[in-house]
Amino acid sequence: MTTGLFALDTAIKVVVVLAAMLSGALVVIFAELKIGAHMQHRPGPYYAGGRFGWAQPLADGLKFLQKEDLVPNGADSRVFRAAPYLVVSATLATFVVIPFGPDLVVRDLDLGVFYLLAISSITTLGVLMAGWASANKYSLIGGLRAAAQLIAYELPLLLAAVAVVVQAGTMSLNGIVEAQAETFITVGSFDISVPFLLKGQLIGFAIFMIAAVAELSRIPFDMPIAESELTMGYLTEYSGIRFTMFFLGEYLAIISMAAVAATLYLGGYWAPFIPENLLNAAGPLILGAKVALLVFIIIWIRWTWPRLREDQLQDMAWRWLIPLALANIVIAGIFKVAF
Amino acid sequence: MTSPELMHRSEVAVSVELQTPDMTLNIGPQHPSTHGVLRLVARVDGERIRDVEPVIGYMHRGYEKLAEVRTYAQITALVNRIDWVAGFANEIAFIRAVETLAGIEPTERAQWIRLILSELARISSHLVFMSSYPLELGATTPLFHALRERERVLDLIEGATGGRFHPNFNRVGGVKPAAGGGSTQKKVSSDLPAGFFAGTKLAMDNVLAVCDDIDNLVTGNELIKARTVGVGVIPGDKAIEYGLSGPNLRASGVGFDLRKHEFILPYDEVEFDVAVAEGGDCYDRYVVRLDEIRQSVRIVLQAIDKVPSGPLQAKVPRILKVPQGQAYVRNENPKGEFGYYVISEGGRMPYRLKIRSTSFSNLSILPWILKDQLVPDLVAIMGSLDFVLGDVDR
Repeated sequence: MTTGLFALDTAIKVVVVLAAMLSGALVVIFAELKIGAHMQHRPGPYYAGGRFGWAQPLADGLKFLQKEDLVPNGADSRVFRAAPYLVVSATLATFVVIPFGPDLVVRDLDLGVFYLLAISSITTLGVLMAGWASANKYSLIGGLRAAAQLIAYELPLLLAAVAVVVQAGTMSLNGIVEAQAETFITVGSFDISVPFLLKGQLIGFAIFMIAAVAELSRIPFDMPIAESELTMGYLTEYSGIRFTMFFLGEYLAIISMAAVAATLYLGGYWAPFIPENLLNAAGPLILGAKVALLVFIIIWIRWTWPRLREDQLQDMAWRWLIPLALANIVIAGIFKVAF
Repeated sequence: MTSPELMHRSEVAVSVELQTPDMTLNIGPQHPSTHGVLRLVARVDGERIRDVEPVIGYMHRGYEKLAEVRTYAQITALVNRIDWVAGFANEIAFIRAVETLAGIEPTERAQWIRLILSELARISSHLVFMSSYPLELGATTPLFHALRERERVLDLIEGATGGRFHPNFNRVGGVKPAAGGGSTQKKVSSDLPAGFFAGTKLAMDNVLAVCDDIDNLVTGNELIKARTVGVGVIPGDKAIEYGLSGPNLRASGVGFDLRKHEFILPYDEVEFDVAVAEGGDCYDRYVVRLDEIRQSVRIVLQAIDKVPSGPLQAKVPRILKVPQGQAYVRNENPKGEFGYYVISEGGRMPYRLKIRSTSFSNLSILPWILKDQLVPDLVAIMGSLDFVLGDVDR
């Protein structure tokens, strides 16, 4: 491939993924509004757009754009302005390696899992920047809480993923999906293959999802924002377009985390009984369905539970999740060698 | 060769302990979990609160002074704005104090209606707690369950008195004779609206059902327990020292309830238990309030069967002049002991009115209880004390 073709190819992929993910974020925002409302005996948005209030996220976005663009006195203006874009771009960058089909991936890196976990940690930096630069004590506490929390939960997330990598024998996300599509057991003339979730990664999946919710700073781990304690945590001083960016980043991160979990544990774009030559067409839909399921679980948790305390969260990470994840790796290793 | 000066410096650097300066965190007067305009000046070291100083008075409306230039009938309109979450309950002690001074005995029916309505006010006040407390801990859903039934209870109060929050229903010697009638009608209907008791019974069933809902959503929830059990423990003797009353006191194992000990409404003729818990932590304060809702439902259901027929209003002179004297009458409000000290020099207006409001005394424990707590626990503890700023500042 010539350089020009390569650039064109990548540009098209980037634009398509960007458009798909941004509209996906709007869908998730709408789902959160609606599902949350129905869990609370409310109709939720029903006016905007005519039916079901489908245009509510767009209307919210437009409203945010009209808001006054504030930078507080005493804030570190440049850092304050840069933080939201850092968060959004780091989250968007995770989609580079997520495969939507055998060929539908922007870049299938050999170190896909490593890249993914490394790049998603950059959002922590953005949050810390926002907390520090806001010149607000609530923001500062929120930012520091976020940093402590994200560092603590990066570990179980990573360790849970390591077990999958051990089992798959590759760090490429495409390779991990293919490893799940391999025949696991043959019954009669049927070749049955199962995702890693059912191949002994149940605990790993649970750890990954708990850590993912913590990483997303959502209830029950939303201490960095904690409205009732810190007004809005590191978001306190943000308004207008920059707040929108954080908001969008949050929902993009939900999709990204769900997509990663679906790829690592639920088989990604692969599904049983779909012929391999159709996977490029059906892959995005299959992955979308799996992502939707996981996103629903994340939303469900949010509207059901209260918030934990900061020290209880750290306690859970260091005393339970990390040892469990380590044991999980050992078990995965033993199975890999033995079978 | 190292200079002796440099060596000296490095030694100093090693011996100085690493210290982080304390940060002053201003919580309020505009803050989501201060229930209004309470301000707390907290000195925090990271997440740990070193000490906290409550600053009150942002909502001082001078009701005690205003009362000195108003007739007794006008003052009831003031007092139900003190603790607005339970407006009706505030009127009881005041009107009983005036009745004591004036030597007027309210009619029996009026007393029973007062009892029913003040228990309804207790239910609605505790339902507000049931909604706001989980919200402060981050759970948003119980709010909608609790507030939905509270609305039914407020509908009842509105149906009988004409006001959801500010009933202004008590008169010296009884209760307002006509709900909705008023002076424009020649013939005044002098009773509660038809169907009030039937509607109340129905609403009480719903309140019990929502109590079960809240039980399911909140009481057994592991995360709620993790946040509240053992947090903000107030021992019984400390609670008495700081003048706590109501559910906050009873959660600390002190079974003091004015409805049993110094009742001014016919509480001796209904059966109910005083909800008491032993631990004195946030969870116990929550459990006591939930139990009190159920007890109030019990009281209301019994009272409906016991309301005697008769007039709502005793014979009272058109211009009420209260003879010289003074009286202190207190009542068990939803939030605790609520008292009025009325001094009359004779005439249509009181000489002085001192309001012993509940939340003011309940808040006085804040500096003690919040010392060396974590910032998230500050919210849990403050919420569990269940105060209303209008009740603090008057």
